[in-house]
Amino acid sequence: MAGAHTDTAFQRWFNRKGWINVTIATPYVWLVLFFLLPFVIVIAMSFATRTPTAPPFSFGGEHPVLNTAHYARLFQDDLYVRAYLTSIVNAGIATFLCLLIGYPMALGLTRVSPAWRNILLMLVILPFWTSFLLRVYAWIGLMGTNSWFNKLLTTSWNWLVPTDWALRSIPMMNTNFAVVLVMVYSYLPFMILPLYANLEKLDRTLDEASMDLGSRPFRVFLDITLPLSVPGIIAGGLLVFIPASGELIIPSLVGSARQPMIGRVISDEFASARDWPMASAVSVALLMLLVVPIMLYTHFEGKSHEKRKEGA
Amino acid sequence: MHRRSAFLVTMLCFGFAFFYVPILSMIVYSFNGSRLATVWGGFSTKWYVSLLSNRQILNAALLSLKIALLSATIATILGTMAGIALARFKRFRGRTLFSGLVTAPLVMPEVITGIASLMLFILMAEWIGWPASRGFTTVTLAHITFSMVFVTTIVHSRLSEADAAVEEAAMDLGSRPWQVMKDITLPIISPAIVSGWLLAFTISLDDVVITNFTTGPGTTTLPILIWSKVKLGVTPDINALATITVLIVGTGVAIAGFVLNRAEKRRDRDARMAYQANQ
Repeated sequence: MAGAHTDTAFQRWFNRKGWINVTIATPYVWLVLFFLLPFVIVIAMSFATRTPTAPPFSFGGEHPVLNTAHYARLFQDDLYVRAYLTSIVNAGIATFLCLLIGYPMALGLTRVSPAWRNILLMLVILPFWTSFLLRVYAWIGLMGTNSWFNKLLTTSWNWLVPTDWALRSIPMMNTNFAVVLVMVYSYLPFMILPLYANLEKLDRTLDEASMDLGSRPFRVFLDITLPLSVPGIIAGGLLVFIPASGELIIPSLVGSARQPMIGRVISDEFASARDWPMASAVSVALLMLLVVPIMLYTHFEGKSHEKRKEGA
Repeated sequence: MHRRSAFLVTMLCFGFAFFYVPILSMIVYSFNGSRLATVWGGFSTKWYVSLLSNRQILNAALLSLKIALLSATIATILGTMAGIALARFKRFRGRTLFSGLVTAPLVMPEVITGIASLMLFILMAEWIGWPASRGFTTVTLAHITFSMVFVTTIVHSRLSEADAAVEEAAMDLGSRPWQVMKDITLPIISPAIVSGWLLAFTISLDDVVITNFTTGPGTTTLPILIWSKVKLGVTPDINALATITVLIVGTGVAIAGFVLNRAEKRRDRDARMAYQANQ
């Protein structure tokens, strides 16, 4: 055992209050400086006035201190309202489709043998570790009018419908359909993993008991599995919905320029129009829209932390 | 025993096909001889040759690696500190704000984090003259900030599961905080620190949006380069790049899975033997 006399100055200082202060203060100061301060700047900027100077804003002038014109413009110019609606509808449909595909997959994962389960779980996570951009790019290749995938879909469509409806190719690129498809593809693991974590913990004996009492498998699912998995559905849904509604890359690469999503509007206002105050006001309004889902998410996360602690 | 439902098996097959057909298609087309990215023109490895002789791509990849190594390491240190603080210090001034600050970046839309960080860096340059220009420094600072909270989440949940009584017992038996930290706390959270570092590394390596806002002329990371190429249309050498990425990541994940699996088995065996020896 090291006696007190062999302690270095660092250890002596660490052993007193020092280490507690440093462990708290270092990340605290960092986050205040590089996360909270920028956020405060965004809020302040949304009340500034755009000027042709560099940096392109000022306070005061004809609008004493607070300029609320940008928030008024959010409602006057229907570009913004439509962009918010497009974002929420696209993200909502993508979340619903993720749930529709992800739920049976997560449930299926709990029913396979442990060896298979590990391999399949790894296969769910693997795309997440490869580049996000390259996964979007893969779909650009598939959706193009000359690709094998588009030809396959076109051929099946033409076979299915009367000849008057025949198409030469299916226009998929630069539509909201493409945006939703690629968002489902990119965010599906975020739905599957929390659902799987939730479903895996369910008590199987409940299913068996209800089967023994004569319930059909689908009834068991409706009465027992589905209600018990609501926390997993909420967690997965928010993990898909929140990033999807602010998405920038997917709508920029495969989306329609005429019906932009809000992420693209913010980016364009900021970079192309150099209108910092307007970009900030649009951002603050997006956060206001997301504040309810975000609060819900942090609330449930906090709860599951508490539960884990009680279990330990 | 549950009968495996045909529906669930079908959905699993469909889901994994959905996950992997686009990736497989990309791999197949990386060996395409044709210049047109969607028309098959015979087998060829020329896109790999052109990729590996492309200075611009190699430099961008190297820059991305440097930024990812540096930012993941600093993010892991800061994030681990924050995780320990949240899990072990129940009461300190500003704890509510602190726990908000480590959750908010997880759910903040990236565009907003991007423009917020850019405005901060521009205003900092105005007010205090540092960082003088945007580039390596600003990108690294931004990456550290949004990846450290992922490390915090992992470390925090690992420490919450671990029993604080072990640390308290060591303190009661006369260990100093430094020894407790070195001999108990850090070993307990070391797997969480490793996975936190890996996550921070991947997040940094993969980031487009925040880098796009915080970078300056001359600092082009690999995702930014791909982003600008893909915006102009499909280019076959990106298929080759994607194939190489999938290969590296696939091997890495397979090895990690194998090692973790073996370590877990060994731990189980040791625990069983220790248990039997004590009987």
